[in-house]
Amino acid sequence: MRVGLFIPCYIDAIYPKVGIATLELLEKLGVEVIVPLDQTCCGQPMGNEGDQKNAAAAEALFCKNFEGFDYIVGPAGSCVKHVRQHFDAIPQTTQVQQIRKNTFELVEFLTDVLQVSEFPWTSFNHSVAIHNSCSAIRGLHIQSRSEWQEPRFNKTEELLHKVSGVTVKHLDRPDECCGFGGTFCVTDEAVSVKMGQDKVADYERQEVAYVVSPDMSCLMHQQGIAERDKSPLKFVHIAQVLNNGPY
Amino acid sequence: MKFKRMKINVEKNAAAFIHMDDVHQPTHDKNLWNARMKRDRMAASIPEWEQMRDLASQIKEHALTHLDQYVEQFVMAATKRGTIVHFAKTAEDHNRIIYEILKSHNATKIVKSKSMLQEECEMAPYLESRGIELIETDLGERIQQLSGEMPSHIVMPAIHKTTDDVAELFARTIGTDPNNKDPQELTEAMRNNARPKFLEAHAGLTGANFAVAETGAFVVCTNEGNADLTAAIPPLHIASIGIEKILPKTEDLGLFIRLLSRSALGTPATQYTSHFMGPRENGAELHIVLTDNGRSERLGKAEFWYSLKCIRCGACMNTCPVYRRSSGIAYGATYSGPIGIIIDPTFDDKKYSELPFHSSLCGSCTEVCPVHINIAEQITLWRQHMVRIKASKPSLHYAFNVAGKLFGSPKWFRRAEKLGYYGLKLAPDWLVYNKTLNAWGKNRQMPAIQKETFRDWYIKNRVK
Repeated sequence: MRVGLFIPCYIDAIYPKVGIATLELLEKLGVEVIVPLDQTCCGQPMGNEGDQKNAAAAEALFCKNFEGFDYIVGPAGSCVKHVRQHFDAIPQTTQVQQIRKNTFELVEFLTDVLQVSEFPWTSFNHSVAIHNSCSAIRGLHIQSRSEWQEPRFNKTEELLHKVSGVTVKHLDRPDECCGFGGTFCVTDEAVSVKMGQDKVADYERQEVAYVVSPDMSCLMHQQGIAERDKSPLKFVHIAQVLNNGPY
Repeated sequence: MKFKRMKINVEKNAAAFIHMDDVHQPTHDKNLWNARMKRDRMAASIPEWEQMRDLASQIKEHALTHLDQYVEQFVMAATKRGTIVHFAKTAEDHNRIIYEILKSHNATKIVKSKSMLQEECEMAPYLESRGIELIETDLGERIQQLSGEMPSHIVMPAIHKTTDDVAELFARTIGTDPNNKDPQELTEAMRNNARPKFLEAHAGLTGANFAVAETGAFVVCTNEGNADLTAAIPPLHIASIGIEKILPKTEDLGLFIRLLSRSALGTPATQYTSHFMGPRENGAELHIVLTDNGRSERLGKAEFWYSLKCIRCGACMNTCPVYRRSSGIAYGATYSGPIGIIIDPTFDDKKYSELPFHSSLCGSCTEVCPVHINIAEQITLWRQHMVRIKASKPSLHYAFNVAGKLFGSPKWFRRAEKLGYYGLKLAPDWLVYNKTLNAWGKNRQMPAIQKETFRDWYIKNRVK
């Protein structure tokens, strides 16, 4: 199985350890991983804001980089959601459609494609809260949606239960948006910050040490708020927990 | 330049609500979240809930795509029952028709129950400026009328106000004891204040939640019974009905009435669900002003017609994390929250050009909607529209022009990453945390761009 590893721009620059953890984890699971070196961004920031013209170049480049893989895997729910569900600033050729269909977020790839049953090389002796992003829940459906009467599941939590030592605590508002929202976090600063503060307060009520998420972009915002408020909360990507670091 | 003055600055308005004090926004958020939780419990108690939503969505899509036939059927059936039906193409028509009916009946004092359509047409100021004395009879609407504000929520018009606010308002306007902050006593005081006005009124105005094509009847749902008094006491009843409210059959009501209040407030039904089949006996008149006001134009828009399916339950507002922090007043429009974002620009895409950007695109609105309107998707489509007509923020537009080029070029992207690293590393804190220049750093610590990117590491450790 040849997998193209999709490392979104902000992970490359700000959270390289998340990229390393994802790569090492997939290698441990016996996957042949290739990192196309010319990748930049999937086009989501522009696409979300309605700027199709400026999203097109990024989308075209993404397709050029990720052609010909069995799967494309990225440790970022919102970026993967953009590729799978939006990504329409460029013509929808067979090749583009194939790439979109084969692009997976890490948690769903581990759960649905690789069907991993254990992570014997890692342990994490902490109480944790899970943050599945809105894109991952409502877009990729890695967790059941509270608005729907449907069977309850949480793929992130199911993976964490396979790691020794982890205690998962649940939030008062488990799928409430944290207010990151991409460009929204700066264009709508007051509302974004208030939503983030409320999210951090929910973690603090549950007295967890760590927040674990498949989406580092939400955590970047939440961590910025927690640090400003001198909260001891720590934020990690699920790849780091499943791979046993690097932290 | 005219539209710039008019443009609603929703981010600024929302910030003002958040920073007002420590009470209003948290209370607003808590009350609306509770409504959402009650809605979830109600939904969970009905095994066929998801089938109901699917069916309701299909009926609405069917009715809207055959609306010409159903409008005709409704009008014929209503006329046969003795109801007088008027057609209003625009808001101005709507207001003028109502004024003319009132004038021909020498009606100068009127009571009205809640109608979003009458709000949309800005009917109250139109009639008041022509000497009509108009009293809102819904408690929330009356509070908003006395405050000189628009409703902030479709079903809870004064939800952004606290009990203290209402106590202060009633003390000032209807003479209650300013120290009396008991909600029940305040409600009782307003009830006593309103009762004589029903008896004196020359006409009663209502809206309608649903209209039925096969019978020409319409249904008004309230929890206060005020619409019933409004329609039952004065000799003249005028109902404003948007054409999208028409359902094909009476049996459809069984579905929609079950969905409406459960979605809105998490209650099994509204306290009063009243069916108006025609004029009362003893010479009273019933008029319907069937109103378009942009609806048929919206119906013709391939991307945006779905918003016409809305049954005005407000579930998308209750669930919206941005709305709960902003209050409906921030949107500066008749319709606020997620549904407002996709309806308001159909009336004025310059004035409401910033509304589609007032969303974190979390998507909960789409998932909670009882008639499956793709609200979040439409918000993105409205953003595309605003970019096309150049009504989005110019600063964003320039930033994306740069970003679009950077992300399209691996070489320039790598240079930008390094520039970001050294730039942030060398920049002093006063610049990084400058409140005007950096909206991120105002209330959040900055993330650190790493010297060694993942790509650097990968080349060093994996590329042979």
